Amino acid sequence: MGDAGVFNHKHIIALRDLSADDIRLLLTTAENLKEINSRDIKKVPTLRGKTIINLFYEASTRTRTSFEIAAKRLSADTVNISPSTSSSTKGETLSDTALNLLAMKPDIIVMRHNVSGAHYFLAKRLSCSIINAGDGAHEHPSQGLLDMLTMKERFGRLDGLKVAIVGDITHSRVARSNIQGLTKMGSQIFVAGPPTMMPPGVERLGNVTVCNDMREAVDGADVVMMLRIQLERQGKTLLPTMKEYSRYYGLNRETLKLARPDAMVMHPGPINRGVELSSEVADCDQSHILNQVENGVAVRMAMLYHVCGGGAVEAG
Amino acid sequence: MGEAGTVILDGMGVRRSLTRIAHEILERNKGVEKVVLVGIRTGGVHLAHEIALRLEEIEGGTVPVGAVDITMYRDDIKGHSPHHPVGKTDIPFSLEGKRVVLVDDVLFTGRTIRAAMDALMDHGRPSCIQLGVLIDRGHRELPIRADFVGRNVPTSLKESVVVTFDADNKPIDVLLEKEER
Repeated sequence: MGDAGVFNHKHIIALRDLSADDIRLLLTTAENLKEINSRDIKKVPTLRGKTIINLFYEASTRTRTSFEIAAKRLSADTVNISPSTSSSTKGETLSDTALNLLAMKPDIIVMRHNVSGAHYFLAKRLSCSIINAGDGAHEHPSQGLLDMLTMKERFGRLDGLKVAIVGDITHSRVARSNIQGLTKMGSQIFVAGPPTMMPPGVERLGNVTVCNDMREAVDGADVVMMLRIQLERQGKTLLPTMKEYSRYYGLNRETLKLARPDAMVMHPGPINRGVELSSEVADCDQSHILNQVENGVAVRMAMLYHVCGGGAVEAG
Repeated sequence: MGEAGTVILDGMGVRRSLTRIAHEILERNKGVEKVVLVGIRTGGVHLAHEIALRLEEIEGGTVPVGAVDITMYRDDIKGHSPHHPVGKTDIPFSLEGKRVVLVDDVLFTGRTIRAAMDALMDHGRPSCIQLGVLIDRGHRELPIRADFVGRNVPTSLKESVVVTFDADNKPIDVLLEKEER
């Protein structure tokens, strides 16, 4: 007992800013809140009267829906704003949009933005809590946390796990959040990807080893995390052909055999079947992709709860 | 925690109280049919298990025991001291039509009980809810009273009442402590 119950952050912008104790607390809370999601009445009154704005400057279905469901299960009121319907298309700056939203007194703004660090900019100007739902190529803390929760449920620990992350590391905020979080929790990370998609200095982000060959990274891994190739963006300039990418950096039954027999396969979604993940691997018993989505709701409930000042319990 | 306080109920006293509460539960409900116990985390859960053992000893059969964590139902999300992370509510049986005996270690303001009843209602519609506590220390802020009480203890608001448990979660005794601040 004791210090493990204190969460002293008003914002959650990057796992880099959280301590191992903070992460442990968020994961424990999420584990204990999961039960709510399987009740007949999937709602608790905890955040009744709180207003949460989901401000998404980039397209998102999974993350936005997951945050919205998490907020609703805690009885908060939610409003979704996306750029195509908002005034950013009319030329309003991020700062002005945010100040206008703030005038409507939200308690939390959950934002996805294409500029890395946009959340820090807002956190300095706004009095409400800011939660990062993905910023540029920087971080995606809720994804990092839900990935860690899924691994922890499977193995009972994060300490000492060998995690392979394969794909476009340069443009992946999922990879960055996982590297930050997993390093703090004592896991070892092995990254692999085409040289055009491997940022120089990535090993300085945490306990990271860069592998030239995907097979090296997957060898003996407890977790194989495949990243999505963003066909609509990087696909055109950084790769010769999809076929070639798939041959060298796609996960199939053969490559998976190099990992530990009970290794888990993860992917932040949406999957490009046949590109980074073969269909048979995506649907096999070792695939935990849908568990990740399920855990996403619980983790986001924990994040919303703790930034609202929810620390703990003690009798009364 | 402060120094050890005055013992207001020793081990034997606790055991006798729990046995008497078990008998009262049987008397009120005419047996254990449809009776389930739900303890409030954490002390109430340990006591619920103790009471269930006694009920089973006296009547035979099994009495289901669940645990409820009231953190998400509190009326003061910001006001309480941060000590434990959110606990898990674990009620592995249906409450539909059951006679639920809610168990807590100390009854004080009644706010915990209010929160626990809301939590129970979200799990189904029991035919009734009764309340059993080891200690009633007074100072209610809500119109709530216990059906089964181990011991009534008049206290001042500056004091605190602590039920201690050993490593196996068996109750040891009950202490009255002077709170600093």
